[in-house]
Amino acid sequence: MSLKQLGSLYREVILDHAQNPHHQGELEHVSHFVTLENTSCGDIIHLQLEIDDQAVIKQVGFTGTGCTISQASASMMTDAIIGKTKIQALQMAQVFSNMMLNKECSQSELDQLQDAGILAVVVKFPARIKCATLAWWALQKSLKTDKGA
Amino acid sequence: MGKSIINVTEDFPILQQKINGERLAYLDNAATTQMPSSVLSKLNCFYQTSNSNVHRGVYTLAQRATDAYEHARIKVQNFIHASSSSEIIFTRGTTESLNFVACTYGEQFIHAGDEIVITVMEHHSNLIPWQQLAIRKKAQLKYIKLTSQGELDLDDAQKKITSKTKIVALCHVSNVLGVINPIKQISQWAHRQGAITVVDGAQAIPHFSVNVKDLDVDFYAFSGHKMLAPSGIGVLYGRSAILEELAPWQYGGEMINHVELYQSTWADIPAKFEAGTPNIIGAVGLGGAIDYLQAIGLSTIQHYEKSLTNYLLSQLAKMTDINIYGPVDSDKHTGVVSFNLKGVHPHDLATALDLNGVAVRAGHHCAQPLMKFLGVNAAARASIYLYNNIKDIDQFLKALQETKEFFSYEP
Repeated sequence: MSLKQLGSLYREVILDHAQNPHHQGELEHVSHFVTLENTSCGDIIHLQLEIDDQAVIKQVGFTGTGCTISQASASMMTDAIIGKTKIQALQMAQVFSNMMLNKECSQSELDQLQDAGILAVVVKFPARIKCATLAWWALQKSLKTDKGA
Repeated sequence: MGKSIINVTEDFPILQQKINGERLAYLDNAATTQMPSSVLSKLNCFYQTSNSNVHRGVYTLAQRATDAYEHARIKVQNFIHASSSSEIIFTRGTTESLNFVACTYGEQFIHAGDEIVITVMEHHSNLIPWQQLAIRKKAQLKYIKLTSQGELDLDDAQKKITSKTKIVALCHVSNVLGVINPIKQISQWAHRQGAITVVDGAQAIPHFSVNVKDLDVDFYAFSGHKMLAPSGIGVLYGRSAILEELAPWQYGGEMINHVELYQSTWADIPAKFEAGTPNIIGAVGLGGAIDYLQAIGLSTIQHYEKSLTNYLLSQLAKMTDINIYGPVDSDKHTGVVSFNLKGVHPHDLATALDLNGVAVRAGHHCAQPLMKFLGVNAAARASIYLYNNIKDIDQFLKALQETKEFFSYEP
């Protein structure tokens, strides 16, 4: 069996995030809210952000359902963007997107993504790229549309 | 004596390869099926010897192409026991066939206050056309409920089909649950109330013999690619008396009788509903697929698939943490089995199985209302066809077990 191959996708850190997602749940104070669905599989994310007057992301929460990759990705993203400004977060989303398109990213860009950087392994499983990008697309959508709660 | 079903796998070149270093166990036949060498060579031969447009030229090649196309229509007619080949309309597939009925019959004969009855187990292709027709016409869309076993609730069906009902549309076999619906009975109830029946036969016709006259249905839709033919070709059977009443759906070449500057008259059925150059190669492939299926025999195929399904269901039922949707009884089933492995998302499961060479579907199967009824966001689905064998099922079960162990990881 290709347990070894399976292990190359489902790294321990990915399984950890998926089983115990960080920042899962709803926020008390919500300034930005978005729901995004992966129409091909039915995975869904409700993403809430609390952004202060200085455009800094103070808190993030997410709910919804999805596979290991999408849940881990959402969890990793929340860790990476808290404390960042809107502009920084959008830049990180772009880096993540580039990573998924197998475009070259600098080490410092990848470092910014923290644990999310490990999701580069998903590129080898093209059918699963959408699972990894769902949370980041939700982030982009909520920041770009600038919709209040 | 027909062709034996033993070792038919050898007839399918695509199944002879390794996937991710493993033997390929293709178990996504409810999505699409593979073509045998006989069909592949028919396609090749047509392009090498007979290709041209149909119903136009007077030269020899044009005649060959027209003959090939029309012979395919006659094969389909015989295959489903229609009264006449003029009742066979070639389409792009089941989806187009069903949309055709909603946009022609539905547009002409549905009025405000009429009722359209469908079921909770429909594929989106037999749901959205009726939902949108109901919205356009201010008609009422009603759903026949399912029993807790995932079968059609026949008491509810009788209640939902009333004198206001104009169309009853349902699948012959569910693409998720694999359950076989009692079409003849439903058709009788529909006709008693003056309604027509429209049947999505995509998951039925590849697996057992269908007789549209005996079922007494008014429309029956299916796709070539789910029965060993190429994608992009499908069929709509329509009762000729009804087809004669319908206005054309699309306009253009081939569907006309006479065209003047300000008015036109239409060709007879079925040409009236086949505007433009049709999918000629698709029809040729479908004819070849029917030849192949008939050489083995639909009852042999049905019997064989039932024994595989029985094995699959009984082995799955023995595994802990497996939830099977629909009846766990091969008498009520085709070889479509949807399930979930507790604690493992179907997408993760499908990736793990793929690494073991096992191809299954994961997702909502274009049946979101049914998923909601089942209380899940997604499910995995294994589906069998005549070229599958015990080895495929065992490979699948072993991979499933290993996947389960892999994901039983404790942090």
